[in-house]
Amino acid sequence: MRVIRACRELGIASVAVYSDVDRASSHVRKADEAYHIGPSAAAESYLNFTKILEVAKRSRADAIHPGYGFLSENAKFAQACRDAGVKFIGPSPASMEMMGSKTRARQEMEKAGVPFVPGTSRGLKSADEAEQVAVKIGYPVMLKAAAGGGGKGMRLVHTPGELKPALQSAQSEAERAFGDREVYIEKAIIDPRHIEMQVLADEHGNTVYLGERECSIQRRHQKVLEESPSPIVDPDMRRRMGEVAVRVAEAANYTNAGTVEFLVDQEKNFYFLEMNTRLQVEHPVTELITGLDLVHLQIRIAAGEKLPFRQEDVHIRGHAIECRIYAEDPDNNYFPSPGRITLLLSPSGPGIRRDSGMYEGWMVPIDYDPLLAKLIGYGTDRTQAISRLTRALHEYFVGGIKTNISLFRRILTDADFRAGKVDTGYLDRLLKSQPAPIRREDAEVAAIAAGIFAMLDPTSTVAGHGNLSPSSGNGAVDGVAASGWKRAARIEGLG
Amino acid sequence: MVYDVAIDGKRYRLELDRAQAGWHCRLDGREIQVDAVLARRDVLSVLIGGKAYEIKREHTATDVHLWVGSVPYVAELRDPRSLRGRRGTAADEKGPRKLLAPMPGKVVRVLIGEGQPVEVGQSIMVVEAMKMQNEIKSPKKGIVQKIVAAEGANVNAGDVLAIVE
Repeated sequence: MRVIRACRELGIASVAVYSDVDRASSHVRKADEAYHIGPSAAAESYLNFTKILEVAKRSRADAIHPGYGFLSENAKFAQACRDAGVKFIGPSPASMEMMGSKTRARQEMEKAGVPFVPGTSRGLKSADEAEQVAVKIGYPVMLKAAAGGGGKGMRLVHTPGELKPALQSAQSEAERAFGDREVYIEKAIIDPRHIEMQVLADEHGNTVYLGERECSIQRRHQKVLEESPSPIVDPDMRRRMGEVAVRVAEAANYTNAGTVEFLVDQEKNFYFLEMNTRLQVEHPVTELITGLDLVHLQIRIAAGEKLPFRQEDVHIRGHAIECRIYAEDPDNNYFPSPGRITLLLSPSGPGIRRDSGMYEGWMVPIDYDPLLAKLIGYGTDRTQAISRLTRALHEYFVGGIKTNISLFRRILTDADFRAGKVDTGYLDRLLKSQPAPIRREDAEVAAIAAGIFAMLDPTSTVAGHGNLSPSSGNGAVDGVAASGWKRAARIEGLG
Repeated sequence: MVYDVAIDGKRYRLELDRAQAGWHCRLDGREIQVDAVLARRDVLSVLIGGKAYEIKREHTATDVHLWVGSVPYVAELRDPRSLRGRRGTAADEKGPRKLLAPMPGKVVRVLIGEGQPVEVGQSIMVVEAMKMQNEIKSPKKGIVQKIVAAEGANVNAGDVLAIVE
């Protein structure tokens, strides 16, 4: 949707591709053209080069925007696009390859004089080597998969005794997840912050940084809430981190949009972690505080245009905070919650941006990442951003499936969050603590409403025996929706 | 109209009728001034004593929830004059109750066998999906009449897993 909107704004026709389960997705309806590319299994659709390039040929597309996930960081796909004469909106295959391997990225960064977390820049050859390096850099240490991310192939090791089994387990997990068992070692930074810097480079040698994002609030290494600017980064630190990020991008001959990730320790020292060679999910917070449209810029850069501004023209203004709303059950260990959205009440109003593909009646598929929407609050300062976002979350209602919306209410009212005291361990700590008890004072109101609904807006299972509870599963839900629509037309007249 | 309403298992007697301006409402014998309009399907605007409530009705595969603001309540409603006759709330219901699968998955473990007693909220089986496990709990105290989905069975959302009587 984000890319389709940018295309429409620029007067560019958009072509969507979809798998079986995504036929009813918003992006298919909003694009100018849409083509089916296969069954829901990603390998047979969204990860299938041949099918995607066939669609590009058939629709005579000039360019492909890979989005996030799927093929967006696949250097082979970027090369296949080049070979097919279709412009890949992103960096070159060579840049992607360099940054795609974390060990190789570290090696290049070493050459470029970029600070990074002490450890090895090559995969560990043996448990002995791991032990030697660990002693040198000091415990605790982190074992990480060279080919990976999202926490897979990662192990935190506190003592020498744990090292060997952790290494074996990390290697086999990496093999299973990425087909590459290369694992390297880094000093584990205690309670680090994850702060990333947005960079943008045209194809004429101009590279700029566009401010940082604080992304420390993560659950199982998946980002959940991001903000820009970071509460601990002052203009001087921003300039220093930004200049390093530009150096990283230049060392990779980087073009188009990318993100340089840093770990920041409690003394505000920052260390290069990795570079993401694509547009990120959390890009809206950067757009809001810089006033720039990153997707427009991506497209224009890919079309060969020079960056229309210089570093000194980039100004940070205000504060933006984004929540990632997932179809997950917070009361059941964030278990994915697919199903049909039976009721959707969406927030809007001042300082609220909502990037969402969900709609009422949509059947959320289980096949892919359950991200439903991004809700962003923007204000003149952090306090206003927090209050706007809190207010918008209060207005948001997604019925029929479970979402993690209640998690954000907890975070935004938490004292440590409000004080900007976050690190990558923050959310785990918050989730271990007891949530504030829910005040259940309105049971009587609910009882009265139950009766009024039955009289004004009966469901199909109510008709005949007055029972609000469906007596069967999906069938009843669909039946309810259908009869609800018929009745709504009649009821509107009653007021 | 008279209703037996159960909210989170607690029962109320509700008498409700349309009046010229608003509704005549008695809850457990107590008269309450209620103004209510349906904003759209499943959304009610209720005013009681000047206080404004937005009530959203949500159907899941297994329950009906009424959300008052941001707080959900499990709602069950019976018209006591219906031909099906008087029945209690789900928790003490005399008839057999079906347990439905809330999402697609696979039954990995059946914890209580047929003929065994079970308490309200006790787990009867575990359904796994995407490598995570979900406990299926009994809505009432009773006996497991039938295990419909056996260990190893694949289930879809809304499929009957077991019957508790």
